[in-house]
Amino acid sequence: MMTAYERLQAARAQDRPTSRAYIENLFTERTELHGDRKYADDPAIIGGIGYLGDIPVTFIGIERGRDLQERIRCNFGCPMPEGYRKALRLMKQAEKFHRPVICFVDTSGAYCGEEAEERGQGQAIADNLMQMMGLETPIITIVIGEGGSGGALGLSVANRVYMLENAVFSVISPEGCASILWEDAGKAADAAECLKITAEDMKRFGVAEDVIEENFDSFNIMCEDLKARLLSDVEELEQYSGRALSEKRYERFRKLGVYSEK
Amino acid sequence: MNNIVGMFRKSRNVLESGGITPTVEEKIRCPICKAIDTKRSVAKNKMVCPSCGYHYRINARTRIKAICDKGSFQELEMNVQTENPLNFPGYANKIESARAASGQMEGVVCGTAAIRRQPCAVFVMDPQFMMGSMGSVVGEKITRLFEYATEHDLPVVGFTASGGARMQEGILSLMQMAKTSGAVHFHSDKGGLYITVLTDPTTGGVTASFAMLGDIILSEPNALIGFAGRRVIEQTTKKKLPEDFQRAEFLQDCGFVDAIVPRTELRATLERLLKQHSRRRDEA
Repeated sequence: MMTAYERLQAARAQDRPTSRAYIENLFTERTELHGDRKYADDPAIIGGIGYLGDIPVTFIGIERGRDLQERIRCNFGCPMPEGYRKALRLMKQAEKFHRPVICFVDTSGAYCGEEAEERGQGQAIADNLMQMMGLETPIITIVIGEGGSGGALGLSVANRVYMLENAVFSVISPEGCASILWEDAGKAADAAECLKITAEDMKRFGVAEDVIEENFDSFNIMCEDLKARLLSDVEELEQYSGRALSEKRYERFRKLGVYSEK
Repeated sequence: MNNIVGMFRKSRNVLESGGITPTVEEKIRCPICKAIDTKRSVAKNKMVCPSCGYHYRINARTRIKAICDKGSFQELEMNVQTENPLNFPGYANKIESARAASGQMEGVVCGTAAIRRQPCAVFVMDPQFMMGSMGSVVGEKITRLFEYATEHDLPVVGFTASGGARMQEGILSLMQMAKTSGAVHFHSDKGGLYITVLTDPTTGGVTASFAMLGDIILSEPNALIGFAGRRVIEQTTKKKLPEDFQRAEFLQDCGFVDAIVPRTELRATLERLLKQHSRRRDEA
């Protein structure tokens, strides 16, 4: 059994497939679409239209970059507010044309910088959470690597959430947690354990529906299985009305949280 | 007799006791302009320094007294109690000491009230309870308040004060952001008015969810408002940030805050806005 920290390191590994690899394998006849139509195009979030089998879908993914040059260009997968706004624009477009939305999450978090604050990082994520909850088309999210806090949640308000077996999802980076609690970022492994960040933890809490086995040596086969799963999900979800999809999505999140009642 | 009361109240000042007019002539020194005033005069000014306008942080009960019509606040008793779902080390103790320090059971107080006779649902986050951090209970209470307001066609006035999501509840805290945002969506979808009043400090996961979702977003002067912490940004970018960074005025300049309203004018502003969303002037 891998520890939570080992899984975190696997999720962050540089040779791990990024969103672009999944998108290229899962969807055909793709058109990539750029920009938020307000400020800029954020290379950390890629999106567009393609076929999943015979069904046109909108795909959106947080991209970390495959080599150093790409990584610098897409800010190591840390989206700017315009990235979240671009994602929202594409989701609203998908809703208009009754396309399902498939999201790929892989980020250490939304970008922490002066310009991100100036352009409303908090507001951009908040808007995504609210608008995604109301979106009248199916949304499926797959956490393929690191699910870092609000920056990951901004693409995760979905009808179904899947975790790759070594993907993690956390409210705060274990390093950040350790340095706040114990003033020692070196205790990240302990924090990772305490925070319960693994795919199995997510399934147990009801944050994710299922855990997807990794098989990067046979990536094509892995993607074929994933494609079959997505197709059957889309078929199932498309039976519901738009309003029902939004309500079901809310019910899904409405249940999350642990407290006692007298 | 008064002196005996004074002795017991000495350390629990007006900020903590929830009393807005203390009986004792204790002095208070403004941390900004250093002016010395009696606590009574500062409290009468709604815990705003009469000399420089510095807004003291106030707890939820004091806030409710300062904003709601006398006797109008009806707490919605939800009986949701904090658990330790991850068995996070030290969390149970932290909750205990937060309860002792704040006199509150959790980081938010919810209820119905009238603000100058305008009925509304109100939530007030408490910066003295683990810095208003949001865990399952805070998320659940705010969600239930929005659901109540949706059902009863009430506007929501929310006072935010938070360090963000509560890490001791891990991913469940993060999910409260989505849950509360969903509740705001369904309230809004039914035509409900939601006014947020951002108070010092409003950061992290609360900024990235219901704090920024108001139809109208007000802020108290000089409140710290942001997504990422200042220190984190300085470490990431290796750059010194300007003094006014992430203050309410900065946020207004960037286009994310509708208006900055001093605490002493909040009741009048909220009354006006609530009225303008309830009925026509000639029907008022």
